[in-house]
Amino acid sequence: MAHSNLPSEHHESPEGTWWIWKVFIILLVVTTVEVVLGIIKPEILMGQFLGTSILNVIFILLTLLKAFYIVAEFMHLKFEKKNFMWTIALPMLILIPYLTFIVLSEGGYMGDFIREAIK
Amino acid sequence: MAKEANLDKKGNIWGGDRQPFGVSYGKQMMWFFLLSDALSFSGFLTAMGLYRFKYEDTWPVAENVFTHFPFMHGDAPLLFVALMTFILILSSVTMVMAVNAGHQMNKKGVIFWMGLTIIGGFMFLGSQAWEWYHFISGDKGAVQLENLDVMYLSDMDGKIMTLHELVEGKPGVHGEHYHFTTEEVRSAFASNNDVTIRTPGKTELTVERAEALKLMAKANVIQGANLTSNEYGHVLFADFFFFVTGFHGTHVFSGVLLNIIIFINVIIGTYEKRGHYEMIEKVGLYWHFVDLVWVFVFTFFYLV
Repeated sequence: MAHSNLPSEHHESPEGTWWIWKVFIILLVVTTVEVVLGIIKPEILMGQFLGTSILNVIFILLTLLKAFYIVAEFMHLKFEKKNFMWTIALPMLILIPYLTFIVLSEGGYMGDFIREAIK
Repeated sequence: MAKEANLDKKGNIWGGDRQPFGVSYGKQMMWFFLLSDALSFSGFLTAMGLYRFKYEDTWPVAENVFTHFPFMHGDAPLLFVALMTFILILSSVTMVMAVNAGHQMNKKGVIFWMGLTIIGGFMFLGSQAWEWYHFISGDKGAVQLENLDVMYLSDMDGKIMTLHELVEGKPGVHGEHYHFTTEEVRSAFASNNDVTIRTPGKTELTVERAEALKLMAKANVIQGANLTSNEYGHVLFADFFFFVTGFHGTHVFSGVLLNIIIFINVIIGTYEKRGHYEMIEKVGLYWHFVDLVWVFVFTFFYLV
């Protein structure tokens, strides 16, 4: 039991607390931008792109940006040893986009099928 | 220091008696659990995406669903959920501060920042209860046709009309809950020639007045949302809303419980005796993960 209480051997993190507030400000600004865009919904961003509106693509990119900062900085993954970092990051980076691609393609097909059937 | 030791026995890094990943057993297992949990949540969210694409015409538009803000009258879409996001991000920040204080063996600092994190967690749970209450009690009201499709009442241009506007002729007080019978709504609909019905989805298809009258003769009034009916549109939207935000809320709740246990342990000096505060980092990982999931729930339920 005593053995499992050993702390991690590897330790690297920036000094002080300034980096925490930096990440906080980034997350806050990105969220504010999302909310403002979501309320005014600018007409120029409503054009179609990748099967959805440009605005939605922007929302998803901003979300991934926030996710990166939370995982890399707050969860410290950026500062872990490289082998551990990729052990955690790669399954997510491969499986989630893959799942999203198949499931949403299928949903789009089902939608087209229903609309054809109603006509 | 750790780096030098690894260089010395480079060929034998996986041979035991050391940490090949440089993380302790507990932290590593927390990461693996979070990895599997992330895949679970991505399964739920992509499943919702599938049904959203399938039922595009009747899938609710978030800005018509979540319109309330405490003590504010009139529509305020997105504001409340932005506040919830802010609360959760802030509690993530206080958690990092607690971890940071733990590295410096600063017991008072850990107690202070952990305490704030717990308060943030309860604030978020309270906000979520408020959000659910308004979602369940309903807002504008709608009708359900014989084929179970949900339709909003609207004027000829597709602008949504609440049941209150149709029956009483003027908007109700925002946030008040009114109940209307199917007969009241049907007769008001028949006597007002400028009203029709439209699909709740972003395609906003309005139905011809004559056709709408025929459909209304067999339609029922639907107010509020639960697992079997949903005034905002397709019932699966309500199911996914309850399931995904509920599952996330359960994570927040268990996160708060874990935080409280660790908080008590800090106060009675468990980690001071142990010589390190790594347990704060482990619950911290879980807490940040809850924040991470919310970032995606926020985007896929409220923004996109």
